[in-house]
Amino acid sequence: MKTLIKNYLALILVIACLASCKKNSNFPQSPYFDQADQMGRPAINTVFIGAADKDKFNETIPTQMPSVFGAEMKTSLLTLNPGYTTNLLGLTADQFIGVLSTDVLNASTTGTTTFYDGTNVLTGRALGDDVIDVELTLLFGGPDGSANPTLTSDHVNGNDVPFLTDFPYLASPH
Amino acid sequence: MKRKKIVIMLACALIAIGGIVYAADHMDAPAVKGQTTDITDLYVFQGKNTNNLVFVANSQGLLAPSATSSAQFDPNTLIQFKIDNNGDNVEDLVIQAIYQDGKINFFGPARPSLTGTRTKIEEANFIGSVAVTPYGSSNPIVSTGAYGIKFFAGPRDDPFFFDLDQFHAILGGTATGFNNPGKDTFAGTNVLSIVVEVPKSLLHAENGKINVWLTTSTKEPSK
Repeated sequence: MKTLIKNYLALILVIACLASCKKNSNFPQSPYFDQADQMGRPAINTVFIGAADKDKFNETIPTQMPSVFGAEMKTSLLTLNPGYTTNLLGLTADQFIGVLSTDVLNASTTGTTTFYDGTNVLTGRALGDDVIDVELTLLFGGPDGSANPTLTSDHVNGNDVPFLTDFPYLASPH
Repeated sequence: MKRKKIVIMLACALIAIGGIVYAADHMDAPAVKGQTTDITDLYVFQGKNTNNLVFVANSQGLLAPSATSSAQFDPNTLIQFKIDNNGDNVEDLVIQAIYQDGKINFFGPARPSLTGTRTKIEEANFIGSVAVTPYGSSNPIVSTGAYGIKFFAGPRDDPFFFDLDQFHAILGGTATGFNNPGKDTFAGTNVLSIVVEVPKSLLHAENGKINVWLTTSTKEPSK
């Protein structure tokens, strides 16, 4: 008898649960989406933001990034390169972090689009741009780019396969 | 400063900054690592037709060939290019992409009804869709929507290149610098790509400049 009551109660529970599930599915779906990840320039979150803040960085809008993360990013810069004075762009630590801490990718709508090609600076990001060497040089290379020569290039200068000349430009998968 | 000292400082920095320093944006943060929301890279460049700008959103990186056919876009992950066209770093336009039933639907460039981290699909600004190119397909599936905007979605070679392993060795204190030649850690790996080519005239850039950031967002659960 006890078992029977138990089973009966269990059955009622299951029915109640099913009913509530069904009821829930009749509610309209939320039209809203919540931000999970974001990126402007390559490697900003990965290099300059501490482990505890990486998710927070991904959920902070660009206009708030300098006030929320500027100090942390400057500490990271000076920890990575305690000898930092200025870089190839002539930027002091504060100026450099001032540029980097608003993590958006600047792009020109009127001409050459490149991360850095020796002439144009931050006018886009092309597939073949060696963004890591640019960033390593700006981090470690000092005022003329010649400091810490073993740290300013990873000596991987291009992609492993050629890009396409036409849309969609990216190479077929391996 | 002596190189060795820099290397030691770097190693300390890694510990101070915490965890593994990872690539462009691949697996950058705990909440997105291994998820459909994990951005790997953003590219913005002039198209072959120089009247156009190309936007590339790559996600779900470091896919081995054997893992690529099972990698999928997610109907609950909204991918957005956010575009500031007047220099205040607030999005004036969004281009949105989301998966549904084997294809990606695109919306925009449209002024978003909400700015910031909570967002919704700009349904009124649907501009077209493209079937996701299957892994192993010999040719990419490309389509053209409203305003002549071109679309692609599917697995591609990861265009990012970096000797990440050696960088880790430097930060870990077991190497003092990069090797020459280096070794591309991303060689032979794939990503899921969204590529959109847009006439520049649709972007209404003040002073010939825009600022772009790529976001992924997760659908809120039903209440």
